[in-house]
Amino acid sequence: MASVVLSEAEKLYIVHGVQEDLRVDGRGCEDYRCAEVETDVVSNTSGSARVKLGHTDILVGVKAEMGTPKLEKPDEGYLEFFVDCSANATPEFEGRGGEELGTEIANTLYRVFSSESSVDLKSICINPREHCWVLYVDVLLLECGGNLFDAISIAVKAALFNTRIPKVRVLEDEEGSKEIELSDDPYDCIRLNVDDVPCIVTLSKIGYRHVVDATLQEEACSLASLLISVTSKGAITSMKKMGKGSLDPESIFEMMETGKRVGKSLHIALQKILDEEESLGTSRQKVGFLG
Amino acid sequence: RGHGTYVEEEKLIASVAGAVERVNKLVCVKALKTRYNGEVGDIVVGRITEVQQKRWKVETNSRLDSVLLLSSMNLPGGELRRRSAEDELAMRDYLQEGDLISAEVQSVFSDGAVSLHTRSLKYGKLGQGVLVQVSPSLVKRQKTHFHDLPCGASVILGNNGFIWIYPTPEQKDEEGGGFTTNLEPVPLSDREVISRLRNCIVALVTQKLMLFDTSILYCYEASLPHQIKDILKPEVMEEIVLETRQRLLDLEG
Repeated sequence: MASVVLSEAEKLYIVHGVQEDLRVDGRGCEDYRCAEVETDVVSNTSGSARVKLGHTDILVGVKAEMGTPKLEKPDEGYLEFFVDCSANATPEFEGRGGEELGTEIANTLYRVFSSESSVDLKSICINPREHCWVLYVDVLLLECGGNLFDAISIAVKAALFNTRIPKVRVLEDEEGSKEIELSDDPYDCIRLNVDDVPCIVTLSKIGYRHVVDATLQEEACSLASLLISVTSKGAITSMKKMGKGSLDPESIFEMMETGKRVGKSLHIALQKILDEEESLGTSRQKVGFLG
Repeated sequence: RGHGTYVEEEKLIASVAGAVERVNKLVCVKALKTRYNGEVGDIVVGRITEVQQKRWKVETNSRLDSVLLLSSMNLPGGELRRRSAEDELAMRDYLQEGDLISAEVQSVFSDGAVSLHTRSLKYGKLGQGVLVQVSPSLVKRQKTHFHDLPCGASVILGNNGFIWIYPTPEQKDEEGGGFTTNLEPVPLSDREVISRLRNCIVALVTQKLMLFDTSILYCYEASLPHQIKDILKPEVMEEIVLETRQRLLDLEG
């Protein structure tokens, strides 16, 4: 992960600030930075989203392709995650430097979405055992400004909300071979229900308290953090501890409670933005990358 | 036809955008987004990246790392003597990797690297506070870059774009020379002032206003009705900076 070097005095200042619930930029321990979310930014994908959380910039594209269902789940489609840490984010990611972080993030996303109820995978199955939609979710890290996992999960949820999968009909021939017919209308598509898609909330332990949405400087002062994926109803679907420090069970319990609280309000805010974008429809002015 | 220009449709065009400076027949464009180009006498705030034999390498947002020679550094107590081998071995006790210092540019090498010195008691290692990194072209050249703002904090406007905000020290240490860092917790009232100043500076930078003590102070006063964390919201930022711009124009005119 990209990191900044700080002097001991700076770290001490940050730690004391967190104790008093006043972080360097004036936020409280449970406040997020100003986030910008925009969907449908990449034209040749089925769905895309871009999230800017402070200095962290993430781009997610979802492509729907035809595939065969997995053997253990023959009547469901599935999601494939790939995370690319581009060298744009920090020079450490040059060449193969970003691979380790990329695989870690991808594995975390698999875990988060491993729960049965997150995405309705049965709706993207066309023919059990034969055809199904595979959603390839590609995450691109454009800039690393702290709190990667939260921003990525927000972007993935927004991109899935924006995904439009074309409707197909399966025609059976006399010989028994099946033909797939795509509907002619480009606007005739199925949308995914993202109500139960979880979002990741990272809680970093700094001193005796924990903060949500840590900046790079705060991450340098934190020895351990807890990643919790929370659904909009407040249910926790997965948990992961990161960092080389230790957490004692009581603080884990407190962090879980904070995570649930913060997660619920995050979902409400995100859904509001997505619904607003949706209501503007095609007349929405896209900011894109040059705005 | 100098560096950084190209000819298109028989016109000579500069390849960077910025403020134009004319000296007789020389037309220069000072780019807005650039690395710091050192000039003798500038005050800079830098971070130590390496400890080498007899010198430290300092990161100052320029093309090459700046150099702080052991002989250009003040010894504690203000002694004046030749640096010995023991001083060389004890270098890491003075400044380590990651430490922040304030220094003045002594000279510029031929390749553009800057040589720093901390030969005055006002320079030296920095203690608790907040660093804000901005573009060097936004820091206005003034007589002094060390300001004790009336709102209750002090600020060092480094010419290299590193702005250091710290709580005003209570008494002036004559002997310290910046080596002993104060590790006591900073009181909450000072923290609020520092956070507000930090957000104001970020707001001014986003709207591309020049940074100097008056502009920062006006921006601080304009931001008082808002909560500290709201200053970074785009609408509030625009409103505050507009008010600051207005007051600065009134001051001039």
